[in-house]
Amino acid sequence: MSQPDLIIHDEKDNVGVVVIETTRKGQDCSAWIMENDKTVKVSSMNEVPLGHKIALQDLKEGDTILKYGHDIGKVVKPIKKGEHVHVHNVKTKKW
Amino acid sequence: MEIPKSFLGYKRENGRAGTRNHVIILPVDDISNACAEAVANNIKGTIALPHSYGRLQFGADLELHFRTMIGTGKNPNVAAVIVIGIEPKWTKRIVDEIAKTGKPVEGFHIERTGDIGTIMKASKKAQEFSQWASEKQREECPLSDLWISVKCGESDTTSGLASNPTVGNLMEKLEPFGVHLCFGETSELTGAEKVCAARGATPEAKEKFMKTWSAYNDFILKEATNDLSESQPTAGNIAGGLTTIEEKAFGNFQKIGNLKFIDVLEPAEEPKKGKGLYFMDTSSAAAECVTLQAAGGFNIHLFPTGQGNIIGNPIEPVVKLTANPLTAKLMKEHVDCDVSKILSREMNLSQAGDELIKTMLRVANGRLTCAEALGHKEFVMTKLYRSA
Repeated sequence: MSQPDLIIHDEKDNVGVVVIETTRKGQDCSAWIMENDKTVKVSSMNEVPLGHKIALQDLKEGDTILKYGHDIGKVVKPIKKGEHVHVHNVKTKKW
Repeated sequence: MEIPKSFLGYKRENGRAGTRNHVIILPVDDISNACAEAVANNIKGTIALPHSYGRLQFGADLELHFRTMIGTGKNPNVAAVIVIGIEPKWTKRIVDEIAKTGKPVEGFHIERTGDIGTIMKASKKAQEFSQWASEKQREECPLSDLWISVKCGESDTTSGLASNPTVGNLMEKLEPFGVHLCFGETSELTGAEKVCAARGATPEAKEKFMKTWSAYNDFILKEATNDLSESQPTAGNIAGGLTTIEEKAFGNFQKIGNLKFIDVLEPAEEPKKGKGLYFMDTSSAAAECVTLQAAGGFNIHLFPTGQGNIIGNPIEPVVKLTANPLTAKLMKEHVDCDVSKILSREMNLSQAGDELIKTMLRVANGRLTCAEALGHKEFVMTKLYRSA
């Protein structure tokens, strides 16, 4: 069991969470999927700090962000695979 | 790990057990704080619980005030109570309800006497209570005497990944021992409300939850500014990587593991359906929530944090855990249980759950929490609307 760079809650998720202090630009990150114990690779486009999310696929405006296998909000600005996902490109569907 | 079957607690007159042995000086209203604090200053081994309200409240808001006052006095972590109010009627109502537990309680009112005379009379009684309580000894109590409340704060994504699931793991392991459990934070389940409602053990519990959540959500929508002013999620949540309320809600929800809740409680309401998990309608602000849960009768609290919430409560010990390695390192003095090794996969969830059980039992047996050692005793009343 090597230390992962990202953790993904559910196989369906399209984002992973950084669990190291920060990723480097262009870093080839190993992402552990908790649900099925698989590991996938994703290249980090930015420096993304601990606890922040990285897209696991290209996403377009209006797409739904899935985490825990559930809907956690909508994409408001196109996102590339490996890009930082946060309040600048994702908004709540609730309030 | 073999889970210990008992802890060392203070047995109370009504059959409950406390993890603490406080003598409290409880002001009925804001203007009686000075008197209550003077008594606590005079008499060692007592603690005053000043707060901001208690005058001209009415209807459901007043009932919540009484429920919080009475429930705080009845909590088994409290050995004896001095109640001080400006006038006799509301003071007596609180005293009479607390007295039903069988614990020593006495009320004093300030009108027609003034602060100094009241402080003298109340101090004499407080001295008697303090010396009486100081002779109480801890005795072996079954685990089922633990009423465990949970609430997370300054959450980040590490909360949903690890510290909240650690609490869920503890719940799954301790539920078979017959403990009472309680989670709350109505607004912070927004986005996960349907998934949460499905965890109701009965159709009534499910329906009651959806009704409670909808009422809270309607209120937020009515008062909300365009982005909730960084209140939900908070600026701290956002700095920690949480983007939306839905993301926060699914993280929050991890605290109950795979359990079902048997009933939905009003704020500060005491559970009446026996052992198991309850949902309480509360604000998601830490001190308000824990104050309500303590008033509901819960005697030990588990508080997962991401970015480092530092809250404590005057009567219910608040055990903090974090999975954020930076918080564990930079805010070490606030962290009772460090589960950050889950993120590096050096520890699994079950091991983390065991660590939390061990930490919680040490605290139940008397070890001071970080928040207690640091003097945190936030006692915050929930107010539903303006006074008359």
